[in-house]
Amino acid sequence: MVQVTLWAGLRPLAEDQEHVTIEAATIRELLSKLQLRYPALEQPFRNDVAVAINGTIYRDDWSQGIPEDAEVFLMRRIPGG
Amino acid sequence: MSFDASYNEKELNAVGTRPVRPDGVDKVTGRARYGADYNMPGQLVARVLRSPHAHARILRIDTSQAEALKGVKAVVTAADLPDLTDGDASLFAILDNCMARTKALYDGHAVAAVAAIDVHVARKALKLIEVDYEVLPHVVDVDLAMAPDAPVLDETIITKGVTPAPDAPSNVFAHSEFGHGDVAAGFAKADEIVERTFKTEQTHQGYIEPHACVASCNSDGSAEMWVCTQGPFVYRQVCADLLGLEVSKLKVTSSEIGGGFGGKTHVWAEPVALALSRKAGRPVKLVMSRNEVFRASGPTSATSIDVKIGATKDGTITAAEATLRYTSGPYPDTWAETGAMTAFACYDLENVKTVGIEVLVNRPKVAAYRAPSAPMAAFAVESAIDSLAHKIGIDAVDFRIKNAAREGTRSSYGPVYGPIGIGPTLEAAKAHAHMSAPLGKNQGRGMACGFWFNFGGQTCTDLNISADGTVTLSVGTVDVGGSRASLSMIAAEELGIAYEDVKAGVADTASLGYNDMTDGSRGTFSSSMATISAARNAIAVMKQRAALMWDIPVEDIEWKDGQAHAVGASHDNLAPLSVKDIAAKAGNTGGPIAGHSELVADGAGVSFGTHICDVEVDPETGATRVIRYTVIQDAGKAVHPAYVEGQYQGGAAQGIGWALNEEYIYGEDGRLQNAGFLDYRIPVCSDLPMIDTQILEIPNPNHPYGVRGVGETSIVPPLAAVANAVSDAVGVRMTHVPISPPRILAALKAQR
Repeated sequence: MVQVTLWAGLRPLAEDQEHVTIEAATIRELLSKLQLRYPALEQPFRNDVAVAINGTIYRDDWSQGIPEDAEVFLMRRIPGG
Repeated sequence: MSFDASYNEKELNAVGTRPVRPDGVDKVTGRARYGADYNMPGQLVARVLRSPHAHARILRIDTSQAEALKGVKAVVTAADLPDLTDGDASLFAILDNCMARTKALYDGHAVAAVAAIDVHVARKALKLIEVDYEVLPHVVDVDLAMAPDAPVLDETIITKGVTPAPDAPSNVFAHSEFGHGDVAAGFAKADEIVERTFKTEQTHQGYIEPHACVASCNSDGSAEMWVCTQGPFVYRQVCADLLGLEVSKLKVTSSEIGGGFGGKTHVWAEPVALALSRKAGRPVKLVMSRNEVFRASGPTSATSIDVKIGATKDGTITAAEATLRYTSGPYPDTWAETGAMTAFACYDLENVKTVGIEVLVNRPKVAAYRAPSAPMAAFAVESAIDSLAHKIGIDAVDFRIKNAAREGTRSSYGPVYGPIGIGPTLEAAKAHAHMSAPLGKNQGRGMACGFWFNFGGQTCTDLNISADGTVTLSVGTVDVGGSRASLSMIAAEELGIAYEDVKAGVADTASLGYNDMTDGSRGTFSSSMATISAARNAIAVMKQRAALMWDIPVEDIEWKDGQAHAVGASHDNLAPLSVKDIAAKAGNTGGPIAGHSELVADGAGVSFGTHICDVEVDPETGATRVIRYTVIQDAGKAVHPAYVEGQYQGGAAQGIGWALNEEYIYGEDGRLQNAGFLDYRIPVCSDLPMIDTQILEIPNPNHPYGVRGVGETSIVPPLAAVANAVSDAVGVRMTHVPISPPRILAALKAQR
């Protein structure tokens, strides 16, 4: 099981949950299951979300594995200059 | 991702050297072709009519006289750019910004455009376009825009992120919040607290080359565009979406780029040029003037930031809090949120809270500017940190070292850090000779830290080996800072050939798969990863070809030092085959030899820098001169150290300009007063000392050579480093950037 922390902007779309526990081995599985549980997350998941696993931020590589007991954090995708 | 991007320590030969850049000769001889240097047969000239009002309802536009003028081939308004955005608010904002629909929202907002046979006719035609405006009250200041009596730009905006939701519209688009712990409890433990409000003014990226493009739409639905951009694939997608074109039928070629710094990650005039070409049936060139660049493209946010930091007498920060108000121009965006994420990212804090507030104003739509939103937040936080260090009587560097984030720290924006590099940059600053050099009269010293998120993204590279064994490398990330040299070095390193035998170029959108833009400090990080992957794929092909040439199993071949070696007792007498040997026989061993790579480069890793600044302030005039400046930053691995130094120096130079002189100045009428480089003063060489650099190399575990992005972080600390130095020199805390002579004189007068 993975405990995922949602950034504040996502919480209203996930029944005001800050932390969600979910069974997922990859980022793709994590996002898919989260969206199934909270359908309103579909919109931000299209292009607004990055996933931090143990502090490393992944913006696009949804095949990235999630180690057991990893700290997982859903963040907003940051613009660059 | 099948490519293993893990760091693998090994001796590097080409990487880390300083060869001459391949684009240098073209640039110094004037042969390099920038956005305005391309021409097509039958090309028309475009000019744009812009609103003179900061806020006005467009009641009527009559283009009939302009259309009737001899030599005018097309006139477009918003009616020629129908809304195809399908409810996508951010795409609609881009569309509306390119051409105002119902309201002009800032001085300079485009309302119509013409394409004519020459510039004289085009200008004349603009004067014949009649626009009836209902002038509306306007607001340009971030704090005034939040006042209850402020004119509201968009009546549909109800602030998001606050509970309960407001029942009336306002200019505040959204609140966002980050942090952890209990800041009230943390402040209760503090022996000393610093609490201040800071302001920063709006600045422009100041790229020397204005936005320029040539667009050509054909009657069969295909189109092409030559354009100065940081991201041809993204421009293609956005323009295709806005104009209803099929993405694959729009070919975008990026020109050389005379600076972008984030301002060329957004489209401004390009959809208008395409619309004009579509209507005229001829190619159209659109080049923005400097005045237009300032008034209608690319500025950063103006901000107003409250910071409160508390610490115990032993120098431990007990709590930190900031409220950051950022302008986004007239459309909703998330610039304050990014500032709120970065504000305290350098520190290990038990109790921290940041709130970002997005504010709409009648100014141009804000664009990314090198580590967007971070410099302003760092200015406020690092100034307050400096004040607090003085207040508790601890050295400013030691105070930061004591509280610096490290591996295992929960960042102020949420996740726990892995290995990070702020500690080494601070230790390097403490040990640097600059820190202990003597200061003279009216001189002061300041230092500051900065943080930025780097990223990677979608990347595609083709590596082709020619018959003579030389290599062409096609990349999709625009070269803004020497990446063609760096990527050639990477290809040479992998293949084991000379740097001079590799020619890198930026491909157009019809020649290569999709690439994200050159932004987020990703150009060399991500394209080098794809180049390594492509080169290794090419080596696999060359081993197969060598096997055919020798008629031995491919398993008996090793690639070493740029050559195929046959291994095993039965092949010992075979002389190695070089790339040139294998390439010469390619036609008879299976045809052209190439390596391709398509990947997502993730794991860029966050970045930190520490800067030291000495200034001398003339107390009579308030003029400030930077007399010494040092940048210390981790590059992971500097592929071409001269270009890494250039990125460090460039970011520092831009930050110094922002800190001391640059600002958008609006009149009471909401019109920009200084839309040109005479009145908007960016630093020139004679304004700056030689900016010293110290490159730290702490390998990034997520790149084969340990490379990190280096392009953006260097603009984050300078505002605060300069402000701390000036404050040290004049004995007054400077809280408003730019710290221009009038502000310094006013501060000195107030002190007396």
